[in-house]
Amino acid sequence: MQENRFNPWLHRYAVLVALCALGLIAIGGLVTSHGVGMAVPDWPTSFGYNMFALPFSLWLTGGVFHEHTHRQWASIVGVLVVILMRWVGGRKACKPLLIIGGVELLVGFALPLLGAEWKGGGYFLSGIGGVVLLAGIVWARNDPAPGNLPKLGWSAFWLVQLQGLLGGLRVVLDAHVFAGTKLGVVFGIFHGCLGQLFFVLLCIIALMTSRWWLERGVSKDESAVPDATPRGLLIATTALIFLQLILGATMRHQHAGLAIWDFPRAHGQWWPDMSDAAIQQYNATRSEVVAADPITAAQVGLQMVHRVGAVLIFSAVAVCFMRLRRSADVVLRRLGLGWLLLVLAQAGLGAWTIWSNKAADVATLHVVGGALSLVLGFLISIIALRFNFRCCTGGQNLASNAA
Amino acid sequence: MKKVIALVVMGFTASLIAGDLTGTVTLKGTAPAEKEITPLKEDATCGKLVSGTPKTTHYVVGAKGELANCVVIIKGVPGAKSTGASAAPIVVDQKACIYNPHIFAAQTGQKITVKNSDPVMHNVHTSPTAAGASEFNTAQMQGAPDLSLTLDKPESFVKFKCDVHPWMFAYCTVVDHPYFAVTDKDGKFTIKNVPAGKYTVEVAHRKAGTTSQEVEIKADGGKAEFTLEAK
Repeated sequence: MQENRFNPWLHRYAVLVALCALGLIAIGGLVTSHGVGMAVPDWPTSFGYNMFALPFSLWLTGGVFHEHTHRQWASIVGVLVVILMRWVGGRKACKPLLIIGGVELLVGFALPLLGAEWKGGGYFLSGIGGVVLLAGIVWARNDPAPGNLPKLGWSAFWLVQLQGLLGGLRVVLDAHVFAGTKLGVVFGIFHGCLGQLFFVLLCIIALMTSRWWLERGVSKDESAVPDATPRGLLIATTALIFLQLILGATMRHQHAGLAIWDFPRAHGQWWPDMSDAAIQQYNATRSEVVAADPITAAQVGLQMVHRVGAVLIFSAVAVCFMRLRRSADVVLRRLGLGWLLLVLAQAGLGAWTIWSNKAADVATLHVVGGALSLVLGFLISIIALRFNFRCCTGGQNLASNAA
Repeated sequence: MKKVIALVVMGFTASLIAGDLTGTVTLKGTAPAEKEITPLKEDATCGKLVSGTPKTTHYVVGAKGELANCVVIIKGVPGAKSTGASAAPIVVDQKACIYNPHIFAAQTGQKITVKNSDPVMHNVHTSPTAAGASEFNTAQMQGAPDLSLTLDKPESFVKFKCDVHPWMFAYCTVVDHPYFAVTDKDGKFTIKNVPAGKYTVEVAHRKAGTTSQEVEIKADGGKAEFTLEAK
């Protein structure tokens, strides 16, 4: 069937885009780990310059390097995603892309008419519109990719733009306060979490464009023996990991440094004292090297919940691994083992983050490990939902093909 | 009527009788060890501006426990109001990628001049948390003119930071009258021309906490000794 034809270049390209998104998460992680999210105080311009024309002397200055590289890298990922969307969407995507690109271009040019403060944003939107328009007018008349890939492509297309906007708002609205909370913090947390989901989406596209996925087919054999794949547990564990990532993003974006700086104990105890006197004591005795805000009882509690969450996740993944070991499918067994090892490494990185007093590179590795753990959970869950891995006693692969 | 006149005269006279409050703040106990600011030393530009690796200055303590960087404020001075608009500016310098001074105090509306003496761009970012206060966030290139800002709401330890070099930070306590001082490296302070009377004097250190005591200031001034305990 042509519908399921494997396109090796599309798959390689999808993998490349996913890897670039992982790189973007890493650089974004470095921005937050170094506490330099506001090193470039304007957006989409950089110190008043066009983002793509910032002098190198400024780009290479202190924290500007991380923040501006994040912006540049994000722009590249944006272009790559538009191309990916056009590729998986096929010729059917041309018309919508032309319309969307045209509208963005026109709105972008119109925005500066509202006032000088809209000039940068307007030109930025025009730039996006130009790229989208270009994708719509490319000559290639390829067929759409099979299955849900065009829909996933469109999702990535909108998500990357929303993600860029959130990143910009995190800077522009940093000083604004809503309901007692700085909007910079709120948008930073959303931006961090959505970035993880965006990466997941790109990995799903990479998976679904793979030969393995396309040629394996779907088992809908209702008469088959019910398999032993713990789908509910896999999904619940993945959801737990995402909750853990939200907690992590919340901790990181409060810019208070480590709320607890010892491990496995917490301020010398198995459960830390969170009274006002104790919090005052913690703040008085810590010597912060960077401009961290004073820690609060809520932040201490948040880190403890994160620690408990880590134990729960490790236990859940260990159970998933034990269940997947009984699967007849070698891929699932390997993925289960990989997930367990990854979560184990991630727990180690979490401990190392504390022991290193939140060294930026270690904390960022912890973020990347979290992203990979989430992706693996999603991919295993999707594979388990897609295929019917019937359990058997032998080591052979019994996943059946619908065809 | 005579009583009213007498009270007005007494009040007027008291306001004319003013003295200086002097004193010392001492730290009892051992301050936590300061940390080396390794990111500064590792920075390509800032690292060349310092010899050795600078340390944090959360506690600046003399040999006998004299504690610097404490903000001393006299509370409840009758009729006290900010003279910030006409006061001399507070000058803060960014030198060798460190804010100098690390702790300072200003009146509401008093001009704060921020210099950049470094051959590198900095970013001056204030984070007041008082209701209605707004942030100041401006990049300052090397060789750029001084920045000027005011803080308009009373607040303890408003953070100043450089987002480009996140180890650079300082704190400013904002007071809505002129009766305050910051202790020097010998732990000493002087608050000039305080109207005679009995007041509560509060001392605040960002790490060691706060303490206060009642102090009487007469025509020849007053003295007060404070002790804060290391946590």
